[in-house]
Amino acid sequence: MLQIGIAHYLVVAACLFILGTIGVLTRRNVVVILMSIELILNAVNLNLVAFSRLYGLHGQVFSIFVITDAAAEAAVGLGIIIAFFRNKETVNVDEVDLLKW
Amino acid sequence: MTPVATPFFFYLLSAMAVLSGLLVITRKNPVHSAIFLIVTLLSLAGLYLMLYAPFVAGVQIILYVGGIMVLFLFVIMLVNIERAEKEHRFNKQWHVATLAALLLGALFVTVYYRGTDLLAQRILPAMPESSNTQSVGTMLYGTYMLPFEIASVLLLVAIVGAVVMAKKRI
Amino acid sequence: MHFWFLEHIWLIPLLPALGAAAMFFFGRKVSKRAVSVICVGLVVVAFLMAVACVWQYTDFAAANNQAPFQKSVYTWLGSGSGQGDYGTKTGTAAFNVEAGFLLDPLSAVWLLFVTGVGMLIHIYSIGYMGHEGGYYRFFGYMNLFMFAMLTLVLANNYALMFVGWEGVGLCSYLLIGFYFKKHSASTAANKAFIVNRIGDAGFLLGLFTLAWYLGSVKFTDIAHTLASGNFHVGDPILTAACIALFVGACGKSAQLPLYVWLPDAMEGPTPVSALIHAATMVTAGVYMVARSSAIFTLAPEAMKLVAIIGALTAIFAASIALVQNDIKRVLAYSTVSQLGYMFLALGVGAWGAGVFHVFTHAFFKALLFLGAGSVIHAMSGEQDMRYMGNLWSKVPTTAKTMLIATLAIAGVPPLAGFFSKDEILWQAWRSDAGTLKLLWAVSFAAAVMTAFYMFRLMYLTFWSKPRMTEEVKHHIHESPKSMTVPLVVLAFFSLFAGFLGVPHSLGGDNRFEKFLEPSFAASEQVMAGEAAAAEAAAPAQEEHTNSTEYLLMFASVCAAGFGWWLAKRNYGKADEGYVEPLSASVPPVYNVLFNKYYVDEGYDYLFTGRRTLGPVRLGVMGLGEASSVFDANVIDGGVNGAGWLTRAIASLSVLWDKWIIDGLCVNGLALVTRVASYPVRLLQDGQVQWYALAMVGGLVGFVLYYLWK
Repeated sequence: MLQIGIAHYLVVAACLFILGTIGVLTRRNVVVILMSIELILNAVNLNLVAFSRLYGLHGQVFSIFVITDAAAEAAVGLGIIIAFFRNKETVNVDEVDLLKW
Repeated sequence: MTPVATPFFFYLLSAMAVLSGLLVITRKNPVHSAIFLIVTLLSLAGLYLMLYAPFVAGVQIILYVGGIMVLFLFVIMLVNIERAEKEHRFNKQWHVATLAALLLGALFVTVYYRGTDLLAQRILPAMPESSNTQSVGTMLYGTYMLPFEIASVLLLVAIVGAVVMAKKRI
Repeated sequence: MHFWFLEHIWLIPLLPALGAAAMFFFGRKVSKRAVSVICVGLVVVAFLMAVACVWQYTDFAAANNQAPFQKSVYTWLGSGSGQGDYGTKTGTAAFNVEAGFLLDPLSAVWLLFVTGVGMLIHIYSIGYMGHEGGYYRFFGYMNLFMFAMLTLVLANNYALMFVGWEGVGLCSYLLIGFYFKKHSASTAANKAFIVNRIGDAGFLLGLFTLAWYLGSVKFTDIAHTLASGNFHVGDPILTAACIALFVGACGKSAQLPLYVWLPDAMEGPTPVSALIHAATMVTAGVYMVARSSAIFTLAPEAMKLVAIIGALTAIFAASIALVQNDIKRVLAYSTVSQLGYMFLALGVGAWGAGVFHVFTHAFFKALLFLGAGSVIHAMSGEQDMRYMGNLWSKVPTTAKTMLIATLAIAGVPPLAGFFSKDEILWQAWRSDAGTLKLLWAVSFAAAVMTAFYMFRLMYLTFWSKPRMTEEVKHHIHESPKSMTVPLVVLAFFSLFAGFLGVPHSLGGDNRFEKFLEPSFAASEQVMAGEAAAAEAAAPAQEEHTNSTEYLLMFASVCAAGFGWWLAKRNYGKADEGYVEPLSASVPPVYNVLFNKYYVDEGYDYLFTGRRTLGPVRLGVMGLGEASSVFDANVIDGGVNGAGWLTRAIASLSVLWDKWIIDGLCVNGLALVTRVASYPVRLLQDGQVQWYALAMVGGLVGFVLYYLWK
């Protein structure tokens, strides 16, 4: 336990991933959902960087791309939230159920 | 540089990250969630440093915290907060959802245990002395040139998309 | 001026027609005297013209090899365009009917006695109808009748003859129903017309058959076609046509079974009975059959039928006349019986004898009727012989002329009736086929009855004890000259007309039948053209068994004498409340005869449809009603049933379509789809997080799968 191996980092990443998943599936506020998605992405980043310690710099480069992607996605997603908020005055995801049977 | 007190800082930073992550998903006030997310991200930056990836740590802090989280805070300000505080936090399916996610976690753990033999070594070796940033940069503009350009186009698309989304009249 | 009268033969029917038209337009406005002058005068002129025509015809015939004289005035039907062509046995023919007149010995005989007797009766009617209302109407109808009868007699084709045929039927109806306010008279008129019409249907069928089969309706054309030899004796179509024509003759000339109208026709005024129902109209049937002699010769079956019906009618009517009490009824049945004799003669091939009997019968029957009219006039309208008697001295002229007529009809030589009736009996005896001796026997019996009932009439009316009321006895008077003069003229003819036809066996040369030979030459030609057996020789030839003929003559004289004696014995001293011998000895026979064999009642049951048996109508009308009920219920019921069945099956189809096809297949399929898809669509609830949970679930599943592997 004291010797920090790669597994420790992987476990931390897994925990963050699970927390992020719970947040996506559970919270009603759409902004919080987006933040949970950021959590997931960061867990993935941690995983990548941890493995890059063992296997070269590729992991780090990939994680830079992931961060870039996360930025773009957050921007667009928040724009959508704002557009939707103008229409319906709500940020609760379960009130947005028009596309149903 | 010579690592010092690695286990202590590891456990500290990872506890901070996990705890903050938990708090992110359970706070009623979205601003609080955002703050705790920032804490999580900062902890992760620290973990990156411990993993001899200073560039990624720097990018994380500048981009993620300084850019994305600020954006998040702006948007939270734009949408109605008072109303959000009075509503339920969790939706109707949170029991099942939590169960499913925990199950997934259990599955991950199982996978880890099964696959420990695959990992090359558990003890991480020391890192050679070289400039991480330079190496990353060389790799970014060399091997990963195409993904780099595509990412820039992606950012352009995102900018245009965000602008279009936020306009009142198209 | 060569044959001027012949060229203007069409004037003969036209003159009475003008009289009828004059009466129609302004008869009501002129005086009775004017009516008499116009109508009777026109008939007198017609008679004179007829005499002149026949006179000129003898010259014409001598010049033209005994050919008949024909004159066509107007083409009535048919055209030359060939559109009306039709096929016959001998090729195609075009239907062509013209208003044409024909004068040959046969029509000359009829022409003379129709106009002659008609003229005498018109003169008689001036006196008889002098006190009646509707004087102009009577003479108008009488003139119309003369026109129709003359058209019938002078026509040169069947179609124009039918015009006359119908015309005399119409005038018979008008004149029988002259006293139309009397119910019995109007019903009698209806009866006459309807029964006549039944016969006319037969006439028309015969006419059409001949037209189709022989290609023409003109007498001379038909005779020519038949003589060509393409037709054999016993040809079924010709037989059918002859029978159809004979049905027409039965209707018009009152033979069995269409005689029932003639006794009832006595409802009309007596001159009408004399003219129409004794001398002229009823002989139209005889004329028509005689005219068709050529066709009948080719149909021996039809001739046999004519003879049998004639003989049966003779005895049937004579038996009824034995017990009738109305003087006119007796004479009516006598007419029917004598017409039977005429048809018997025609049926056995004795054309000349039959026509001769028509000729003589016209005179004595007209005389009998006019005399009866005179008696009725004297008796102030009484017609029942039971209340007459001992009139000999009171109405001498009438009585004496009636005696002459009675002797004639009974067949006492040398009066007219003897020669004609005897000739018929002789021809009935000697014609071929064994059954015809039976015909002789029947007609001999009828002759005995004839003598009996005629002398019964004479005794009851003129000789026995008086049986009338004092009131009537007071008023008995002889008729005026206008009535008695025609009686005398007719009596003269009854006496001496017979000498025209004295047969060879008695030394005469039978000029009458010789005169008629050319008319019946066609039938001889037909026989010759067939090369058939020539036993049925013309009557004018030599007979080879004079002794048999004498024997038969003697027998018929004895028959007359026997009848006279029997009548004298039973009615010679008939007093008030005398009893009919038959009713005393065999009451059932008397009842049957008195009720005319119940024939009228039988027809009533069979045909008029007035009699019902409970709810069911009897007779032919009942059949019609039954048929209509059958049609309405069974046949229409069947049709309706078929319709109902169709609808029922259709509703089954509807059910099948609605429930099975639509319900099960179409709607059921949709239902299954809807029911099956219901749980599936609930997955789409629009909640994004539910979709995300599903994704996570899927991921878990994948991982589990690969862990388990």
